[in-house]
Amino acid sequence: MSTSAAEFRPSVLKRALRSGGLLFGIALVVVMIVAAIAAPWLAPHDPNAQDVLLVLTPPDAAHLFGTDAFGRDVLSRVLWGARISLYVGFVSTLAGVIIGTAIGVVAGYYGGIVDRLVVAATDVLLSFPQLIMGLLLVAVLGASLGNLIIAIAVTAIPAFVRLARGSTLTMRERDFVDACRTLGFSDLRIMFLHVLPNILDEIVVMASLWLASAIRTEATLAFIGLSVPPPTATWGGIVREGFDNLLDAPWMSIFPSLAILAVMIGLNLVGDGLRDATDPKGAP
Amino acid sequence: MLRFVIKRLLTAIPTLWAVLTTVFILVRVVPGDPTIAILGDQASEAARAELRDKLGLAKPILAQYVDFMSQIVQGDLGRSLSTNRPITDDVLAVLPYTIELTLASLLVGTVIGVPLGVLAAEKRDGFADWFARLFSLAGVSFPAFVSGILLLIAFAVELRWFPVISTSKPGDPWGRFVALVLPSLNLGLLMVAYVTRVTRSGMLKALGEDYVRTARAKGLPHRIVVWRHAFRNVLVPVVTVVGLYLGVLIGNAVLTEIVFNRPGIGKLIVTALNQRDYSLLQGLMVVSAFAIVVANILTDLTYGLVDPRVKTS
Repeated sequence: MSTSAAEFRPSVLKRALRSGGLLFGIALVVVMIVAAIAAPWLAPHDPNAQDVLLVLTPPDAAHLFGTDAFGRDVLSRVLWGARISLYVGFVSTLAGVIIGTAIGVVAGYYGGIVDRLVVAATDVLLSFPQLIMGLLLVAVLGASLGNLIIAIAVTAIPAFVRLARGSTLTMRERDFVDACRTLGFSDLRIMFLHVLPNILDEIVVMASLWLASAIRTEATLAFIGLSVPPPTATWGGIVREGFDNLLDAPWMSIFPSLAILAVMIGLNLVGDGLRDATDPKGAP
Repeated sequence: MLRFVIKRLLTAIPTLWAVLTTVFILVRVVPGDPTIAILGDQASEAARAELRDKLGLAKPILAQYVDFMSQIVQGDLGRSLSTNRPITDDVLAVLPYTIELTLASLLVGTVIGVPLGVLAAEKRDGFADWFARLFSLAGVSFPAFVSGILLLIAFAVELRWFPVISTSKPGDPWGRFVALVLPSLNLGLLMVAYVTRVTRSGMLKALGEDYVRTARAKGLPHRIVVWRHAFRNVLVPVVTVVGLYLGVLIGNAVLTEIVFNRPGIGKLIVTALNQRDYSLLQGLMVVSAFAIVVANILTDLTYGLVDPRVKTS
């Protein structure tokens, strides 16, 4: 982005607001976040309360999403599960973005041997399928909330290193960076107060797409059985329990699947909308 | 062409070495005692020492590294902790199923994705374009296990067009094909999304180029302008995205295999996880990383085929 901040913001905002997809995406994501935060008040039942008389009942007025194999209310479990899924997604993406961007900016700014080592390391890490890497890390570290966040963050780091490094490389050659050097600013100040703000829009766009990917990875790991241990509700875990009862109780896997899908569609719309808004050339 | 191929193969060697080293480090440097992870924290010190010996963990780390590397160079992935069978044999037994699934999904992805992307670009903002955009949004949004389960519920449970369990008996090619349809559609949908996106944006750019205008001015039929002139120049980005997402595809093949109950690397990974079989898991990591490196080589070689300029440079 070559435009300065002053002429850049209003047009981005205008373009962003014109895009219906972006607004719809934001609405979807906001609804899911509110549902997650308000789960204790919204959930009609205790998510872990079992009722042997109500095992695998189809959706009705008392249990809108039906009940699972332990007679637990699926709606309440989906609402509570949103907390884990969104929390893991947000925290791990944030960690991956901060660490990856910091490494990428430093490597791109200094260049030389540090840069080459960083590039080689990211190339190697990117040769593992994201899911398989996350899977191995959680398997070896042990399935817990903290380890889940670490594993997903680690899979996000190389992508952000690569993005931040590439953008920093082009920024480094720009006149304003030379001007900063002439003024005697420290490297740290140039990197994080002058270069970083100029590459931030690309990073934000990618972060919103990675957030979707992080939530998907968490759900996937939970589906395989590598997430916060039961009885804690997670979306992927509920889908898994539903999958084990697919023929008797399809609703059990359908409702949490729809929740995952809503967040994915919302975040992808936000990411695409932001990308189109910040990069008019690439806009459809 | 031969020189190009050899050069590309040689550059893969350092990458493979680095990838293998990473697997080695990941499995060993990660905190926690693997013997506790395998045996549980109630295990006696003697049992843990025995296991450590069996795993080769008692040796100095450098010796372990040399063992690991020299075994892999000979195609030996070690022995499974739970079954004591050679891991290479277990992997080779199911690998054809995973390769079959991945290739079938690639086919689905390109056969649907390329025409959809071209059509969307030709009739920009028209019906085909909106359809393509919705379709690719759905494709990137569906986690593979979610789309797999929904496909299962719709086509296997409700409509009963396909078997719920996609395992076929040997010597039944038709059964094997039928069992492949839903899983490869499931995995292919993801590919369709990416291929459509890249084809569409590439075609939009190509159709605005001068050479396309020239071709039109010459009075060439629309079909020839689109496919012979514009589309050829979109092939490189399409091949790139197919190669790039092969990694995603391999990861999602795992899920697809689980949902459709197909034999393959995915089911082997789940077995390894359930049995806490770390040597099997390590072997599977090596295999999947190796697959990505091979996929990257094939992608680069395909560049040479679709774009003659690549070979000479």
